[in-house]
Amino acid sequence: MADKIATREAYGSALAELAEKYDFVVLDADLAEATKTVKFKKACPERFFDCGIAEGNMISVAAGIATTGKTVFASSFAMFAAGRAFEQVRNSVGYPHLNVKIGATHAGITVGEDGATHQCNEDIALMRTIPGMTIINPSDAVEARAAVEAAITTDGPFYLRFGRFAVEVINDRPDYKFELGKGVLLADGTDVTLIASGLTVGMALEAREQLAKEGISARVVNIHTIKPIDRDIIIAAAKETGAIVTAEEHNVIGGLGSAVAEVLCESCPVPMLRVGMNDTYGHSGTVPALLEEYGINAGVIVAQAKKAVSLKK
Amino acid sequence: MDAQKLNMLTETAKKIRVGIIEATHAAKSGHPGGSLSITDVMTYLYFSEMNVDPENPNMQNRDRFVLSKGHCAPALYSTLAHRGFFPVEELKTLRKLGSRLQGHPDMTLTPGVDMSSGSLGLGISSAAGMALAGKIDNKDYRVYTVVGDGESEEGQVWEACMFASHYKLDNLCLIIDWNGLQIDGPVAEVMNPTPHDKKLEAFGFHVISINGHSFEEIEAAFAEAKTVKGKPTAIIAKTVKGKGVSFMENKVNWHGAAPNDEQCAEAIAELTK
Repeated sequence: MADKIATREAYGSALAELAEKYDFVVLDADLAEATKTVKFKKACPERFFDCGIAEGNMISVAAGIATTGKTVFASSFAMFAAGRAFEQVRNSVGYPHLNVKIGATHAGITVGEDGATHQCNEDIALMRTIPGMTIINPSDAVEARAAVEAAITTDGPFYLRFGRFAVEVINDRPDYKFELGKGVLLADGTDVTLIASGLTVGMALEAREQLAKEGISARVVNIHTIKPIDRDIIIAAAKETGAIVTAEEHNVIGGLGSAVAEVLCESCPVPMLRVGMNDTYGHSGTVPALLEEYGINAGVIVAQAKKAVSLKK
Repeated sequence: MDAQKLNMLTETAKKIRVGIIEATHAAKSGHPGGSLSITDVMTYLYFSEMNVDPENPNMQNRDRFVLSKGHCAPALYSTLAHRGFFPVEELKTLRKLGSRLQGHPDMTLTPGVDMSSGSLGLGISSAAGMALAGKIDNKDYRVYTVVGDGESEEGQVWEACMFASHYKLDNLCLIIDWNGLQIDGPVAEVMNPTPHDKKLEAFGFHVISINGHSFEEIEAAFAEAKTVKGKPTAIIAKTVKGKGVSFMENKVNWHGAAPNDEQCAEAIAELTK
């Protein structure tokens, strides 16, 4: 059993680790202990600034710092970074295309017990509509670290989505290479493709094993970069397997499922089903209970995959 | 202030006001009222106070300016044009498709614009960010930002003030353009944000109240601001909306309306007499 690490932990570690290699500033909004930017704060206190509980101001401050040529990370929970501060992200950061990298943690329902007010299932939808915004939703600690470095070394605004909940490390292999904007073919298959992002990548791999037992060959694609999305890998999957299931820890409206559907509708329509939050708010509960309650797990992916395969015929 | 400097500033401000009128007239839209109220402060900033170079608008150590009340872009554009950042004739392209002069400032298009702005309350935060960056790098540039009195109803303005004070941004100078009118009527009636002086003092600012149309008072205020250490300075500039064009002065309907041909001619005649 591999170690389980929350992507927010990897985010904080990456910031601290990369502090010497690159010159960047980190802002937080009174959540450094939770977003894990506290690790950077300890490593590099002179470049860390707490903005207090004022996320809108933090994002516009980040933009101002970035106009002077600096790269700035601005962190809060996804609900407040993308939700509360949407307009600041759009107008202060997105419109002038500044080097502000939003490190949004506690995304999705795996926030758990804090409940619906803090479970952001809308952030990808919001960020996807901002022209020029790059969105990365890493699946594990390895990918999270790579995403941070890609954000530092690539010009323009980024939205990095991290989770609170510890997840299995799935990319810990010598040949792992992070390519911005490129989907990752994790396992090949011929009957259906499971396209997942973030937390659900592990679930998709698990679903593939269950499907294999039932004689269904499933391909698994990890979409870490939700925008710009890798159209080629999606179109190839549609052509070669003929059915698609997306899985995400986000509202099925506006997130990965929508992004994949847009590609399919325009380029290669095939039967497609979406797994995710079905246009509903979350609830307080343990993470396993919530994932079960809202139907974001390997079992639901398996059921939807079978249905998608049946729709081909 | 010697007579020569006063004369230079007065004549320059007239030209800038003419530019505002001509630009909004050509655009058939825009915000002349608040542009005219802030013109004298803008004139002083760009023709006396700020270290800027029209030949090198992105000079690293330049002083920076953020027009937080971004709808008064005609004042910024006319000031920049007369300072030599781009041709004065270009002012007549304001708000037209393909122009570098957007309805609200766009730092990626217009030489000399240090920050995109327009959505109220955001610019002051970015100005604070620029000031913080100067502190991080031990640079000695200063950052100026103009916030409208109506704009100060935005909560983010006060978040930014808290931030600027907390980080002791003495290289930040906030100017409140106190012209007393906003779209729906007198500021005091729509949503009274006063008293600015006491509020800003409570937020940790050094506060100076002036007549925003007196170059002597503007000069003294900016000089005083530079001597203040360990805290940001706020200059509350009492101004007249529509200043310089008598039929526009203190008239709320000139907040966001452009002069027609006749009104344009009348305004320019008054400004250039």
